[in-house]
Amino acid sequence: MADLMVNIKNLSKAFDSHKVLDKISLNVEKGENLVVFGRSGTGKSVLLKCIIGLMTPDEGDIVVDGQEMLKLSYSQLNEVRKNIGFLFQSGALYDSMTVKENLAFPLYRHFNLPQSEVEERVVKTLEMVSLLDAIDKMPSELSGGMRKRIALARSIITEPKLMLYDEPTTGLDPLTTKEISELILELQKKLNMTSIAVTHDLICANIIADRAIFLKDAVIAYEGTISELTSSQDKFLQNFFSTEVIKA
Amino acid sequence: MQLSKTRRGRIGERLNEYFSTIGGLSLFTVEFFKTFLVPPYEFAEIKKHMDELGVKTLPIVSVTGFIIGLVLAMQSQPVLIRFGAESFLPGMVALTVVRELGPVLTAIIFAGRVSSGIGAELGSMRVTEQIDAMEVSAVNPFKYLVVTRVIACTLILPVLTVYVIFIAIMGGYIAITLSQSMNFNYYVNSLMLSIRFGDFVPGVAKTFVFGFIVGMVGAYKGYTAENGTEGVGKASTTSVVVSSLIILLFDMVLVKLTLWLWPT
Repeated sequence: MADLMVNIKNLSKAFDSHKVLDKISLNVEKGENLVVFGRSGTGKSVLLKCIIGLMTPDEGDIVVDGQEMLKLSYSQLNEVRKNIGFLFQSGALYDSMTVKENLAFPLYRHFNLPQSEVEERVVKTLEMVSLLDAIDKMPSELSGGMRKRIALARSIITEPKLMLYDEPTTGLDPLTTKEISELILELQKKLNMTSIAVTHDLICANIIADRAIFLKDAVIAYEGTISELTSSQDKFLQNFFSTEVIKA
Repeated sequence: MQLSKTRRGRIGERLNEYFSTIGGLSLFTVEFFKTFLVPPYEFAEIKKHMDELGVKTLPIVSVTGFIIGLVLAMQSQPVLIRFGAESFLPGMVALTVVRELGPVLTAIIFAGRVSSGIGAELGSMRVTEQIDAMEVSAVNPFKYLVVTRVIACTLILPVLTVYVIFIAIMGGYIAITLSQSMNFNYYVNSLMLSIRFGDFVPGVAKTFVFGFIVGMVGAYKGYTAENGTEGVGKASTTSVVVSSLIILLFDMVLVKLTLWLWPT
């Protein structure tokens, strides 16, 4: 248990009568990069949102870094959230703020840092994602790939222990997908983070995953390394991954 | 006469939506009072929103205030002349503007300009996951986005109302001088003699409540928006309708209350 970053037991979540997660149990070790595959609407994003407390599961337990998330008060939950980064599918950059303000926002809120140090960290993080030039731009002036990079920079600026990625490469061309995925891997190594990434994207998964699970019919239907899943003789998996390869 | 099944369904849906809004808004208000006294206090954000809301609304309330005063004096003058009570004109303009027209019309215009803006802004933040992003970064979005805007609305509307009253009184004077000569000092003295503490304070005080309503409804509609851009549009329009309606309903209650506290 000591080496587990995330420990999920019997997690269930339904929307009206539609069950999207049915007694799912999952462990993620510290430093591990887990990829969650699944068709659209199979509860991948719901799983991430339950982990970070954006959604409340119907039943089950979630332990993140030793903290039982469902038993915490709002302020205790926020303390745990300070150590978790979340990259949204859309980037979710605050569109009334510049790139610099977007990145500085969590620092000003949670760390009692002098302005010079905040600025230093913003510059350093933007350099990591190779977008220092965009520091004074508004999110509306950025391309899709740039928004993803800036959103990634914002989520890692507090140096979280756990990163949750919700479709980090959706809507990007294959080359940008590769660049973003390599960047995610590089940052994870540099900052020694654990990560859970929800994706459809085989290019991204191939680059970042240590292990993968596949959600189907509200349960973890398959589990293994990417090569084990892609070389599986299972008809469903073969069909899924052959389509992904064609798409890529 | 029997209603068709579809019609009954639609009426049921409307009623459901109506009661959901009342219930949701009540819970939202309870959440506001539970949150706003708890630190950290977002003074900088409140000040920023007050600046924005004040600047955004100033041109439209200036024009409206001036026209209210002007038209009120123009309409009342012939009637008062008919009854030989022309000398009461400054007092009548002032009393009408201070007690009722100034506060209510400013609040309705404020609702149209600000409530829809807050609804659209927060609605857009909701559907683009910006509110979720704030939540996961351990910042209480309710406190940061809702509480600050509601407080800003509550504090800025009375200021705008006092300004509108002043502009309307000036408009009234200009209307009078267009048809007859009247000394400005006489006009001011005359209206000052007509207005009492019990006229001015309740009139302006109720705009704190109106400002709170405008902020709360706009924030509620935006914060709970769903269904993408369609939801943002709906949040923006319904927040104007709902806040205007609640302002008028509360005005009835507050007028009765002020008459009871400060009998004329």
